[in-house]
Amino acid sequence: METRKSNGSGSDGLSLKLKIWRQKSSRSPGSFIDYDVQVSPDASFLEMLDELNNKLEAKGEEPVHFESDCREGICGTCGLVINGHPHGPLPKIATCQLHMRNFKDGQTIWIEPFRAKAFPVIKDLMVDRSGFDIILEAGGYISVNTGGSPDANLIPIPKDVAGEAFDAAACIGCGACVAACKNASAMLFTSAKVSQYALLPQGQQERYRRVQKMIAVMDELGFGSCTNTYACEAECPKGISVTNIARMNRDFVSAKFKSKEVEV
Amino acid sequence: MIKLESKIPEGHISEKWTNHKFNMKLVNPANKRKYTVIVVGTGLAGASAAASLGELGYNVLAFTYHDSARRAHSIAAQGGINAAKNYQNDGDSVYRLFYDTVKGGDFRAREANVYRLAEVSGNIIDQCVAQGVPFAREYGGLLDNRSFGGAQVSRTFYARGQTGQQLLLGAVSALNRQVNKGSVKLFTRREMLDVVVIDGYAKGIVCRNLLTGEIEKYSAHAVCLATGGYSNVYFLSTNAMNCNVTAAWRAHKRGALFANPCFTQIHPTCLPLHGESQSKLALMSESLRNDGRVWVSKNKGETRSPNDIPEEERDYYLERKYPSFGNLSPRDISSRAAKEVCDEGRGVKGGEAVYLDFKDAINRLGKKVIEERYGNLFEIYETITGENPYEVPMMIYPAPHYTMGGVWVDYNLMSTVPGLFILGEANFSDHGANRLGASALMQGLADGYFVIPYTMGNYLASDKPSFEKTDHPGFEKIASEVKDLTNKLLSIKGKRTVDDIHKQLGRIMWNKVGMARNEKGLNEAIKDIRELKNEFWNNVTIPGSGDDVNQTLERAGRLVDYFELGELMAKDALDRNESCGGHFREEYQFEDGEAKRDDEKYNYVAAWEFAGDGKWNLHKETLDFEYVKPAIRSYK
Repeated sequence: METRKSNGSGSDGLSLKLKIWRQKSSRSPGSFIDYDVQVSPDASFLEMLDELNNKLEAKGEEPVHFESDCREGICGTCGLVINGHPHGPLPKIATCQLHMRNFKDGQTIWIEPFRAKAFPVIKDLMVDRSGFDIILEAGGYISVNTGGSPDANLIPIPKDVAGEAFDAAACIGCGACVAACKNASAMLFTSAKVSQYALLPQGQQERYRRVQKMIAVMDELGFGSCTNTYACEAECPKGISVTNIARMNRDFVSAKFKSKEVEV
Repeated sequence: MIKLESKIPEGHISEKWTNHKFNMKLVNPANKRKYTVIVVGTGLAGASAAASLGELGYNVLAFTYHDSARRAHSIAAQGGINAAKNYQNDGDSVYRLFYDTVKGGDFRAREANVYRLAEVSGNIIDQCVAQGVPFAREYGGLLDNRSFGGAQVSRTFYARGQTGQQLLLGAVSALNRQVNKGSVKLFTRREMLDVVVIDGYAKGIVCRNLLTGEIEKYSAHAVCLATGGYSNVYFLSTNAMNCNVTAAWRAHKRGALFANPCFTQIHPTCLPLHGESQSKLALMSESLRNDGRVWVSKNKGETRSPNDIPEEERDYYLERKYPSFGNLSPRDISSRAAKEVCDEGRGVKGGEAVYLDFKDAINRLGKKVIEERYGNLFEIYETITGENPYEVPMMIYPAPHYTMGGVWVDYNLMSTVPGLFILGEANFSDHGANRLGASALMQGLADGYFVIPYTMGNYLASDKPSFEKTDHPGFEKIASEVKDLTNKLLSIKGKRTVDDIHKQLGRIMWNKVGMARNEKGLNEAIKDIRELKNEFWNNVTIPGSGDDVNQTLERAGRLVDYFELGELMAKDALDRNESCGGHFREEYQFEDGEAKRDDEKYNYVAAWEFAGDGKWNLHKETLDFEYVKPAIRSYK
């Protein structure tokens, strides 16, 4: 831009061959379409797609539909499978944080939507992940109304416990765990929320009721079972640990003895 | 004739809210379910409002254009949330938070609103902890705090660098609980395109279903908009890609006055631009300024790399100019100071960037402590730039971040359209001409958890608004206008893309209605914006149809409103012949470059009434400063 000088490295552009999944709607079949692009190594992956779309639109063609919002790796809106990996080849980042300097000149890049029975494709690279919200609605909360809460410092929580709860709570709900899993299981996602509350004193009142309700809904929605391949943890942009799955399984078993409230 | 009534309650400032809560009318519990309330937006303000109103028993319809409530842009707030808990025993109090916020806002906010904000700030922390928000803690298990710009006490609560995420997930969990109970119906992937006003009262909204393209109508007894700010008028900002002004702007065109549009916040610590393809600017939390030192070279056109520039040739300009606040000077002041040194040609390699250096902090505290405090931010920086901030100073530059201006509301958060309430960043009320760090989260949650649940009840009980069905001609008329607009956009079939035109608008806004403004530039901006708007309506291309998902159409609809908003921002900036907070008019400054406020002439909220294309009438709400006496805002 005129008055805003770039501080980028100024290195030469990359020439890339993209193979992008195009699908008109959930009912129509899709296929890979080839596109050639030139891009600055300082651009982000999604900025590369923006540029491609801008060119397509200028020709009057429909752009490649993909979702993104914050572009800082926190909202969980974006999520593409890039060369077979949800969120691309680098560990612990979301698609929007991937930059083109991580690709080589002349490389071919395959770009697909997250694929899972419970995440139907809406258009091109957009998928429907509303199943995640239905799981959370079933019990992903502590039942307190606004007002009347005691002073915050009346509930001391050891620093390490708070930290562990935070690690679980850091899930961005992007769905990469489901996309990475050969069974399309939502265990990592569900267990992260179950763990956050199971670790905190505030979450104890509903601990067993919560795990039963959330797992029941998760199963109903068509997410697969966990077979401990840990692919979810490997692809999670926030590094959510599979220990959470173990904790959830333990709570689920304990719930059978400790809770009578929920009929599953 | 519109009359601006702020409806500030009588009494001493510390008693206003308490008295008002008692004096407001109540809706009896059995009657609450007979009332339907629409809440648009599911960020901190919207989610907390929808959840709290649902808990009270109202029938709530909540709307978001995202696929999930959790994606709202509040999620990206990093640094923290202020509250006057005084857990640190460092002299904080409700009054001090109130004072700091009024002063930080450069005496352009309404005192009573700010006091209420400070008053409920502590309850917000209690509420969030009860919900299971994992705030940072000390080894003793109690909550930890840190400092933010514009304050000399540590009152900021945080959850690593992801405070907004954790607070939003807390509010959304409360919302999800109500969805499960059936008291809130959540409509995702709906973009509000108009508010339905019948006989002067807000009666519902018209939305586009973003999956099917269908234009849908929803009716209610009252409507709340919690739809965020308008920084994306600049194209490049720290806001998320989808943030837009459309809901607020369409409400403005239906009769809601828009206040102080020129009060925009340019955040000092963002990553500099990398090139033409840039889609947004990444924010680095202000909390970094707790330990990072901001500097540039003393020499113009410096070409050495930062680690080769000796200590004596560095200018730690914030510490030099503002010794008592130093690197923690407020955002408007820090941003302008960065612009100044870059305009002098002393920016990084002569360009637009300054250094944020952690070398001294690492030497003093050790790398481990710095990693604990800012590890995730350093990682983000390295991912984006490819440079390691533990070894090379970060490069930062200001970017549009937050908008203090917004829809005018009274003390009850109601706009000039009865039944239309505006919450969070979308309203204008609490931050004056500049917002302090960690106060946006506070305001969003204060409005949603602790203000609207009371004032909504009062409106419903006092005005007893009627419920109009969606087949009422008032709904039909507005729905057909919305359809016409969509068809008109699709029929242009020109040559230029939406983003191409939006980028050009962004350049006009940044260059002429950005960090520093002057009369000539503002007049040019108005002319340029009108020309560009004309170009858009004749030459934009929007491929695809209106009958299914069409992201280009969505962006085009938002751009339509940015032209009008951009023009009003320039008009407002032109009208305000003073410098205050984020609004800096080059003609009005002291010799040392500090902002020159004019309390005699401009001690008012500028509330603009839409009067047809390119026309507005100005209404003024004079501000009374009974408790914090306006003074030159000094951070020296």
